[in-house]
Amino acid sequence: MAVEVGDPALRAAEWDFVAARRRLEDKPKSAGEKLTSLDDAASRVADGDRIAVGGCLFSRTPLALVREILRVRRRGLTLVRNLMCTEGELMMVAGAVERVMTAWMSIGLPWGVSKVMRHYVESGAVALEEWSHLALGLRFRAAAMGVPFVPALTMLGSDLMAVGGMKTITDPYSGEMLAAVPALFPDVALLHVHRADRFGNCQIDGYPHMDTDIARAAATVLVTTEELITDDETRRHPDRTVIPGFLVDALVHVPFGSFPHECYGLYEADFDHFGTYTASIDARGPEAAVGEYLTRYVYGPPSWDDYLELFGGERLARQRALAKELTA
Amino acid sequence: MSVTPSELLAVQGSRVLRDDTTVFAGVGVPLLAAALAQQRHAPKLTMVIEGGIIGPRIKPGRLPISTNEMRAGHRAQMLPGITETFLFAQRGFLDYGFMGGAQIDRYGNVNTSVLGTDYWKPKVRLPGTGGANDIASLCREVIILTAHEKRRFVPRVDFVTSPAWLDGGDARRRAGLAFGGVSRVVTTLGVFDFEPTTRAMRLQALHPGVTREQVRENTGFPLLEASDVRVTEPPSADELALLRALDPERRFLG
Repeated sequence: MAVEVGDPALRAAEWDFVAARRRLEDKPKSAGEKLTSLDDAASRVADGDRIAVGGCLFSRTPLALVREILRVRRRGLTLVRNLMCTEGELMMVAGAVERVMTAWMSIGLPWGVSKVMRHYVESGAVALEEWSHLALGLRFRAAAMGVPFVPALTMLGSDLMAVGGMKTITDPYSGEMLAAVPALFPDVALLHVHRADRFGNCQIDGYPHMDTDIARAAATVLVTTEELITDDETRRHPDRTVIPGFLVDALVHVPFGSFPHECYGLYEADFDHFGTYTASIDARGPEAAVGEYLTRYVYGPPSWDDYLELFGGERLARQRALAKELTA
Repeated sequence: MSVTPSELLAVQGSRVLRDDTTVFAGVGVPLLAAALAQQRHAPKLTMVIEGGIIGPRIKPGRLPISTNEMRAGHRAQMLPGITETFLFAQRGFLDYGFMGGAQIDRYGNVNTSVLGTDYWKPKVRLPGTGGANDIASLCREVIILTAHEKRRFVPRVDFVTSPAWLDGGDARRRAGLAFGGVSRVVTTLGVFDFEPTTRAMRLQALHPGVTREQVRENTGFPLLEASDVRVTEPPSADELALLRALDPERRFLG
């Protein structure tokens, strides 16, 4: 397929390592207090921002932050996430995103191809810029390294190259042709972690996904944490810190902050909830079904605790027990 | 109980895997194929799952739904992160990768992205590559497992998501892909490889009871045929018993 390359003006800001570097130099990198509220954290996101979302698919998704951004009705966002799940669907139906960058989007095999994605992408309402899983990971890695691209052996020869406008480079040593995977510097990173102290030093259990690269790549880093630990606990196990506090701009203590997605070792994803959600989309179409879902779960309940009430304590306890059993 | 198409693919896929090797196993049939090989003839096979998992022990009845969740990492030996996992493959540590897809062409290229002619406004938007493009680019050997249907086996894929032999001949090498490539296509009708010079798909073996005519009728392009087309060994009682024990709810076995 002859694929037209997207807007080149938009792309330059993605890999401009000089501008990204200046932006960090001008920014406070405080060892001080980061603890704040969800609405204060979300206020750091502006219309039109390029947002990278941590976790992967329905694992460790920063859903409390995503929900808050939807509640303040941000518009024109570019959402970047390797495997995109319900958070991407909610953003599409709410009219918050105009572009998504991903390797794969849907919930998972049992729930079929995302009807929300099909509806918005096939009509041209949302642009889906597809990169391979590794290439997107290397885009974050290059940005985390502060360089404009990294050489790689993937995505060559495929039609994905033209979609994202990826170029090749000749190895100055061997003369071989390599992929030059461009850096991707997000405006904002949204992350959910297992533990953090109030200065923003973060610990993650289980799957690291790409969160540490995303934290280094982004200009602004917003984090929610399952557990708040003391400065002393951080200092007793400094080997467990994977994101240092000076990278973090805002931290919010949000237990069950990924639910109904999973958080490794703490709670399993609520597959029944995914089933009800997709059945409703099958029955009434993406706009009506997800529109109602947004009213009930996003715009309605004022706080995250009110949101969790909709699932009920029994369900949360059940998902905790399942996670314990799987990681025992 | 008769053998379902998924059981046939899992058994045939498992037989390709040698001992003392590593395999990228996606969720569903590929994971079952790898787990079966491990239990039967390849105990020193290491499974790698692209969500960032090395050496899991899949819990029967609790098969993973995605490559990135707790079920997939049950009793794993390492959780290295996604980029790191693919970099093991780029370095050359991954022997096998499994793939499937909405469209496959005569040079083994796979499409899991879009159907239609306009990428930005497709007729059908599919979920996308995930790690398939990386597996197709970086593993030593790639095996496609798929139902054999005319709408899937097209002369040219609408979009090359995962490159195999591209336009045939040395096109893969010229594109900068110095390693790997699709070695075999295992379908519900038979087993195929690629003729070494043209890199065009070639019938190697038929499953018992399947005719060459059936294969031709279900393929949208002319197929080459090996000089000695064999008949595959049907799944044994032993293989089926082990496989069925892994997926008692028949979530993926159909």
